[in-house]
Amino acid sequence: MGSKKKTSRTSTGIFLLMVIPVTIYFILEAYLPMFGALLAFKQFHFYRGGFLVSLIKSPWVGFHNFTFLFTTSSAWIFTRNTIGYNLVFIITVTVCSVALAICINELLNKKMAKVYQTMMFFPYFLTTIVVSYFVMSFLDMKLGSVNGILALFHIQAINWYGTPGAWPYILTIVNLWKGIGYTSILYLASIVGIDTQYYEAAVMDGASKWQQIKFITLPHIRPIIVLLVLMSLTGIMKTDLGMFYIVTQHAGAILPTTQTIDTYQYTGLIANSSIGMPAATGLYQSVVGLILVLCVNKLVKKFDSDSAMF
Amino acid sequence: MKKRNNFVAATSIGPAANIIFNIIIAIISICCIYPMIFVFMISISSESAIGIHGFKLIPSTFSGAGYSAVLQIGGAQLLQSYLVSICVTVVGTGLGIIIMSLFAYAISRQDFKYRKFFTWVALVPMFFSGGFVPTYLINTQVLKFNNHFWALIIPGLASTMYILILRTYFKNSIPPGLVEAARIDGADEFKIYYKIVMPLAKPVIATLSLLMAIGYWGDWYTPFLYITKNSLTPLQALLYSMQQNIQFIANNAALAQNPTLAVLAKNMPTQTTQMAIVVLATIPIACAYPFFQRYIISGMTVGGIKE
Repeated sequence: MGSKKKTSRTSTGIFLLMVIPVTIYFILEAYLPMFGALLAFKQFHFYRGGFLVSLIKSPWVGFHNFTFLFTTSSAWIFTRNTIGYNLVFIITVTVCSVALAICINELLNKKMAKVYQTMMFFPYFLTTIVVSYFVMSFLDMKLGSVNGILALFHIQAINWYGTPGAWPYILTIVNLWKGIGYTSILYLASIVGIDTQYYEAAVMDGASKWQQIKFITLPHIRPIIVLLVLMSLTGIMKTDLGMFYIVTQHAGAILPTTQTIDTYQYTGLIANSSIGMPAATGLYQSVVGLILVLCVNKLVKKFDSDSAMF
Repeated sequence: MKKRNNFVAATSIGPAANIIFNIIIAIISICCIYPMIFVFMISISSESAIGIHGFKLIPSTFSGAGYSAVLQIGGAQLLQSYLVSICVTVVGTGLGIIIMSLFAYAISRQDFKYRKFFTWVALVPMFFSGGFVPTYLINTQVLKFNNHFWALIIPGLASTMYILILRTYFKNSIPPGLVEAARIDGADEFKIYYKIVMPLAKPVIATLSLLMAIGYWGDWYTPFLYITKNSLTPLQALLYSMQQNIQFIANNAALAQNPTLAVLAKNMPTQTTQMAIVVLATIPIACAYPFFQRYIISGMTVGGIKE
């Protein structure tokens, strides 16, 4: 009895040792910044004694940074862009990759199907910077191939990096291009797992191919669709800085359609070295994001408790 | 038997539809790799052809000037950046996997008293973050990340998502009897972790390592924030700096001492040199990914986050 207690105490000690590194990581990279979010309510100045001392010593300004933020027009623009792009991305990627997965699954020559999959997976391995070079090779005003094609039809060259109206389409295409291979393989994996007997029974009953897809394939992959959409919805207040800052080459003229909550914070701090407003934006992003996650989860629980996240 | 074949035929699409599907999917597949081919063709075009006709898939004249410029002027920087990227990827992935699996193993064990508490320690950051500004200020002001090798490693070291995937895997796929038996034989928890649990978790470890490696390799953001020294600039940051100013690759000490190289650097074919570096930075990945692909696909089905 006594020896058993001793073992469990030493293993508790070992368990504690095991969790230490990651705990330190989270303290430094997650919890300390959470404490730093107080910046949003402060007029930050540097004092002697380092950042944390300065943070505590800086005078409180209450919600001043927030009220100031929401009187600017950019708050509305970056919120609209952030949520808008994310919704469009989620819808386009889900619809296209489910459709693609179903098509690939129907192919008779399975060898070719493997080759197609490998090709479509390629963009997933590319880095944002490389993608931005690709985009540039198409859209460059003087040299880009899109303007080259337009010239064949005697259409004047368009300065794409100065045309805000084009970017919602461009970014949607780039996002689709980068993600479709990956997500369609996810869906394909679950389509392949469906028992063929269902289809055989359906054919006996005279179901057409379309009916088979509608009544067998789609219901079977519904849980994974819901799961993936939910996961994306939790990130609806976040955008990929690479996509919106690097691929757009942070051109000023297209900011009305490319400024998102992340690029706003980034340029605010790095280019304009202001602290209060970008910090307030970050806190706004985190809080709204959290509320959305909780709402989505609750909503899902109501309809389909198996698909809820927690 | 015959009847069954009939069923298979009836559930499949007809040959005409098959051809149409093949054509559509082939076009999509080609679209996925086309930009890479396009950029490669630009990199072997001659600068003058680009000046006249713009970027073309099949240039009017070919030239290797871009590559020779890279090798002569930017070779040292490119090599250095490759080295930094490889070091960061290997060290970051290895260290990250070790500390995350240790953590995940501890919280997967029912007999760990503070299991719930530490699970929450990992969960909270997934749902709430301090935001970009405080993180940046903590990293630069408190942790003094500026121009430090570890600045490239630490920010990406752990992620709640991966920890949860590991925990679920440990819980569901490691037979509890095995762990119990090892304990009776006198093995302590560390020994159980690296002798039993880790070898059994190889598939999930392989997949997560790969995902982490892709993350570290493609990370342009961290170096962008914390690194200004050329000798610590990883590949992606080099590509970014070049996009801003092609002369970036010519910023090295050897050049300053060698006037002929300096002249060469001034007159280098900018478009083709840029694209040549993009190609040189991407080719290893492009050649290797068909071999990794299988691990990612198999791994995607491995982890759910639910308990």
